[in-house]
Amino acid sequence: MATPTPSVAPTCRERLTPAFALACLGLLALGVASVLIGVGDMSIAALAGGEAQGHAQLLLLASRVPRTLALLFAGLSMGVCAALMQMLFRNRFVEPTTAGTAEAASLGLLTATLLAPGLPVIGKMAVAAVFALAGTVLFLKIIDRIALRGAVIVPLVGLMLGGIINALTTFLAYRADLLQSLAAWTTGDFSGVLRGRYELLWLNVALAALAYGAADRFTVAGLGDAFARNLGLDYRRIMALGLAIVALATATCIATAGTVPFLGLLVANVVALVMGDNLRRTLPWIALSGAAFLLACDIIGRLIRFPYEIPVGTVAGVVGSAVFLYLLLGRRYRLG
Amino acid sequence: MIEIAGVSKSYGTARVLDAVSLSVPAGGLTAIIGPNGAGKSTLLSIVARLLPMDAGRVTVDGLDVSTTTGDVLARRMAILKQDNRITPRLTVSELVAFGRFPHCHGRPTRADVEKVTEAIGYVDLSPLSGRLLDELSGGQRQRAFIAMVLAQDPACLLLDEPLNNLDMKHAAGTMKLLRRAADELGKTVVVVIHDINFAACYADRIVAMKGGRVLVHGGPDDIMRADVLRAIYDMEVAVHEVNGFRLGAYYR
Amino acid sequence: MTVGARGGWGFVLSLRGGKLAGLVLVGTAVAVSTVLFQTLTENRILTPAVMGFDALYVAIQTAVVFALGAQGAAAIDPRLRFAGEAVLLAAAALGLFRWLFDGRRGFHLVVLAGLVFGILCRGLANLLQRILDPNEFSVLQSLLFTRFNVVDTALLPVAAVAILAAGALALRLAPTLDALALGRDTAINLGIDHRRMVTILILLVAVLVSVSTALVGPVLFFGLLVSNLAYLAIGTERHLHTLPAATLIAIACLAGGQTVLERLLGYDAALSVVIEFAGGIVFILLLLRGTRT
Repeated sequence: MATPTPSVAPTCRERLTPAFALACLGLLALGVASVLIGVGDMSIAALAGGEAQGHAQLLLLASRVPRTLALLFAGLSMGVCAALMQMLFRNRFVEPTTAGTAEAASLGLLTATLLAPGLPVIGKMAVAAVFALAGTVLFLKIIDRIALRGAVIVPLVGLMLGGIINALTTFLAYRADLLQSLAAWTTGDFSGVLRGRYELLWLNVALAALAYGAADRFTVAGLGDAFARNLGLDYRRIMALGLAIVALATATCIATAGTVPFLGLLVANVVALVMGDNLRRTLPWIALSGAAFLLACDIIGRLIRFPYEIPVGTVAGVVGSAVFLYLLLGRRYRLG
Repeated sequence: MIEIAGVSKSYGTARVLDAVSLSVPAGGLTAIIGPNGAGKSTLLSIVARLLPMDAGRVTVDGLDVSTTTGDVLARRMAILKQDNRITPRLTVSELVAFGRFPHCHGRPTRADVEKVTEAIGYVDLSPLSGRLLDELSGGQRQRAFIAMVLAQDPACLLLDEPLNNLDMKHAAGTMKLLRRAADELGKTVVVVIHDINFAACYADRIVAMKGGRVLVHGGPDDIMRADVLRAIYDMEVAVHEVNGFRLGAYYR
Repeated sequence: MTVGARGGWGFVLSLRGGKLAGLVLVGTAVAVSTVLFQTLTENRILTPAVMGFDALYVAIQTAVVFALGAQGAAAIDPRLRFAGEAVLLAAAALGLFRWLFDGRRGFHLVVLAGLVFGILCRGLANLLQRILDPNEFSVLQSLLFTRFNVVDTALLPVAAVAILAAGALALRLAPTLDALALGRDTAINLGIDHRRMVTILILLVAVLVSVSTALVGPVLFFGLLVSNLAYLAIGTERHLHTLPAATLIAIACLAGGQTVLERLLGYDAALSVVIEFAGGIVFILLLLRGTRT
């Protein structure tokens, strides 16, 4: 059905294949492009010297580089989160925005803002992470009643759960006159990312590295509870670890710049189509693709209506939903 | 009554029906038998205009099923398929009343109401006519649906494997009912059936299909023979005569 | 996140003055279109809104403004523009419906595809809006997220005519719809021209969706709530009863809900949010219960 079928080959050290190196170069190119594109004079000439140099350097270091890094980190963590959730839930279409995780994080942020407005961002992010975890556990409990794990009904319920939580959040935000802030959390928008505002995302890099370290365990978990136990894996422990990583990473993204629906799903599925489901092999590619995709969408968002910016969430949201639709309805995509 | 000429149907590259030609005269009970995938249900659906055909022509009582209005055809023929799950929750009389739709279009007259009561009585469901369908047993539900097509009062009744999911008693009861419909009400009854012995006991004519074609057709005496059955089913069937009927023992 | 309503501000209703008429029209449109759609698809979970019809209409509206430019779009008689958009929606709906409901796809797949399609359309509309120059964006905002005050004069009479005509046709077809609800094969057996009925129903649904979306914007789960409440309340499936019942329940919900929220609790534009919340829960419950036979 829609269950990933991983092949476990844990000792492949294929990270540094030529293809991957090439892909990294491509990502680097995108990164450079991202740094160079934007409003304000930041040409190479301006950076080299002259009157505008100070301003250009400021722009570079305080705005462009942080934004690019934020996009990279957010993109790769979205991909990694989706890949983890696919394994843990044994379903191709589960990711933070189809499991209620992202919406629960927004609710957490709102609650923190309402109850403890003076809390530093990291505190609010922590609250959001707790909410995200709770939301995902709620999702898990709901779908426990559904016998067929790989079924389409699972992301369907997740999407709905997210919608319900979103309605609740919107209502509270409306009451507290915080609708603007809510909009900022729900639409991925990196235009306001500056030095000093994005550092939390470095956490996501650490989390992704952690996920990569435990990649084999996650792959085995993807075979199912019974199978995993048979292979000596503590299923509950790995589940807890995975959910914690996802909750933290999602909360961080949302607290910093909002989230992008279906991005992780898209990237994880495309890579899985090409390379299979062995996380140790595919996770670097998924991270890379997520980062590249998010960067590309942001660049497009900056260019379509230059000098106005279109939030990356809008651009990537359209592409993400279109690809998701194709995966659902197009060439019989291994769905029963 | 039913003329089938050169009917073909393919699903992609799979040829389900291959230039089938058949003639079913008015009156009596005709059974269509054959192995799985022979195209029996597909043929019946095409005759009842539920499925389009790729080639050929089918006429029922002189009317071409592809060109005649559905409404007119509905007064001449009715089909009952295997899958009888319906979404709305209806009572027996409500369901059977739908059988009059081709005649009254939702505005039943006295005559329509009488026909409905008659049909329900004919299948022995009168005491249960106010019950909801999901409260009935499988056999009773089947009879309710048969009452519906009887109320439709067509000259021709088509039934696609009506005995599936019925126990012995209800299966025999249904076949007796269909036989009565043919004898007493003068209907032309065509049944697709799995069990050759029911065909042997109740049918006037048996049509055997295999691989999308009509292999052989004739009376029970012609079909219920070891050599013919071997050709149809690719297995040995011992034919015995029991109570004046030919029965096939294919169990071992 | 993107499934629910984007805040309640697109659904600003007020009971002051003749706005009650607008409320009645919207309630009728949503109720009738949902019941018809559910008969068509033979289940209780799918509604035109769930399948993205509302969002598609908004996307069409936005695309029209995008193509003509805000000045160009504003220059056209709003009634004419509405008629054009309704025709486009009808055409798109016919094509999509035929393709999606060819019977070979699993039910949950169709529902999920509908939801994602709705998200896609909303996203596209959003994208197009943002691509338009900010000045145009504000014009667009007044075109798309109109308050009742602006819509009144031009569109309301047209809406009333369209809804009344559609409702009357639906009632006249009630016995045929009852037979249609028995399933495709049974309906054909009873002499109904299934293809023709499907086309008529989709056209009716498209017109009704166009009207209600043009008046108040898209609301995702209102129809679902209303239709299921109606089935629960009256117990029979006959369209002669379900159509009026759903309509009455819809109007009551809107009028009552708005009154409660506005007068008693003092919240103005929150009605749609509450509906999304309640409707979403009903949706999940129905999904898990497996209402589809």
